[in-house]
Amino acid sequence: MNDLAGIKPRAALDPQALRRQFPIYQNNPGLVFLDSGASAQKPAVVIDGVAEFYRRDYANVHRGVYRLSQRSTDAFEVGREKTRAFLNAADEREIVFVRGATEAINLVAQSWGPAFVKAGDEIIVSDLEHHSNFVPWQMLCERVGARLVVAPTEASGGFDLAAFEALLSPRTKMVAVTHVSNVTGAIVPVERIVELAHAKGAKVLVDGCQAIPRMPVDVRAIGCDFYVFSGHKAYGPSGIGVLWGRYELLAAMPPWQTGGGMITQVTLEKTEFQDPPHRFEAGTPDISGAMGLGLALDFIEGLGREAIRDHEEILTGYAIDLLSRIPGLNLLPGGQRRLSVLSFNLDSIHPHDVGTVLDQHGVAVRVGHHCAQPLMDKLGIAGTVRASLGVYNDRDDIDALAAAVEACREMFSK
Amino acid sequence: MMDLRELYQDIILDHGRHPRNFRSIEHPTHTAKGHNPLCGDRVTVYLSLDGDRIADVSFEGRGCAISTAAASLMTEVLKGKTLAEAQALFAQFHAKVTGGDVNTLPEALEEDAERLDPLTGVKAYPARVKCATLPWHAFEAALKGGAAEPVKTE
Repeated sequence: MNDLAGIKPRAALDPQALRRQFPIYQNNPGLVFLDSGASAQKPAVVIDGVAEFYRRDYANVHRGVYRLSQRSTDAFEVGREKTRAFLNAADEREIVFVRGATEAINLVAQSWGPAFVKAGDEIIVSDLEHHSNFVPWQMLCERVGARLVVAPTEASGGFDLAAFEALLSPRTKMVAVTHVSNVTGAIVPVERIVELAHAKGAKVLVDGCQAIPRMPVDVRAIGCDFYVFSGHKAYGPSGIGVLWGRYELLAAMPPWQTGGGMITQVTLEKTEFQDPPHRFEAGTPDISGAMGLGLALDFIEGLGREAIRDHEEILTGYAIDLLSRIPGLNLLPGGQRRLSVLSFNLDSIHPHDVGTVLDQHGVAVRVGHHCAQPLMDKLGIAGTVRASLGVYNDRDDIDALAAAVEACREMFSK
Repeated sequence: MMDLRELYQDIILDHGRHPRNFRSIEHPTHTAKGHNPLCGDRVTVYLSLDGDRIADVSFEGRGCAISTAAASLMTEVLKGKTLAEAQALFAQFHAKVTGGDVNTLPEALEEDAERLDPLTGVKAYPARVKCATLPWHAFEAALKGGAAEPVKTE
């Protein structure tokens, strides 16, 4: 007989019970929220925690000699330490607080970029990228005379490792890829990408916006050089985001924005800058945001990232199964491994019309190009309808989606 | 749920699926492109003016049912109108869908204005108002000389 003692079964999520922790559901009875990929709803522990912080401990951070300022600074820095632990980063000085993933990528593209990318060099992005992991690199290439190279996905929707490998060369200086596609939910093999890129001396930035809220992420196991994400997609406040970078890389990067809080000495002639992360955090930071992000990451850890992934993986499979049975529904392929994000079109009905009909059935989805116009162009479509999952979703939500899609079909087939 | 059929009335669905005057004009006197960056809708409006009168008007492009129907109905009511009449129709239509002050039209135009009324259901859907006005904005841009850049519904 197998000895199963010591193997701890994972606690499965209970979405119905979880919804009671999300006030949005109490205030919007019947809501079928399938847009967590754009922004997740907030649990009471985050909402109340941020409010309580303002009530009890708020003051500006750093350099305050009074106790209240010290408490506020501590709360802010606790957010940093929690983020470090969440990513399994080596050092909390590697955690730079920014407004979101967009700002994090712009920071790297504008600070690291011109310092390390020269004319004739190449930057590789995938064709799955969100505009935020595409345009900053395009701009950098224009600025320094480098070339932007686009790694394709396979027809099955998965990242094409062989094609990517063929594009790598000693000219490649940066590979910027998403961890999970915000359009198809395809999980990108970032570990392998890092191995291949590092073998050519290129750095790798991973956009973790869709991965952070729904699967375990260990930046040292991935081996990448930069990892970025937005707090609001991870059940945290909007306006806070994270750039993680290897310390030696951050330390070699020039300041990006300048001002207060990021200097050691300013004279009329010259300014000396602080070490990372403060070098990249000019001005008063999003204090409550960093603190609230810590609470959101605690919330995720409390549920367990493997439990969340299992839950969303099973629900993703259920949704694929159900949606695939709807005649005229064309689901975008997402490769062999996909998670929580599904895009589709319905006959020749425009996604905006579908979105409006779904909304009337209480189903909140996103429609349009999802900030991925290069991918839409490649697929020859103007946009899609996108459903994306969170911890509070269950089969009833998917059933409601399928029913609303059927109703839409019926209306437009008349 | 009753609102939905008010937005997607049969005439909208019909014009959305079978748009009228969906073609180019070989030698238009005026033309302009319209673009709604929010949803990616694109429309090109072609005009053939005979003096002050719209001898022919047509459109091409791709868009949602609302914007396609709006363009289709627009071309139907505009054909044969003077520019002043066209402007008056647009002004009233725009006011109806955005909730502005509705002007009174000359009696001769009332029937045309009523033909546009099915589209005024978008008023209840702020995110969709631009779909209904996009072809009209392109029409206006065409009259102003066809801007080099597509007119945007921003």
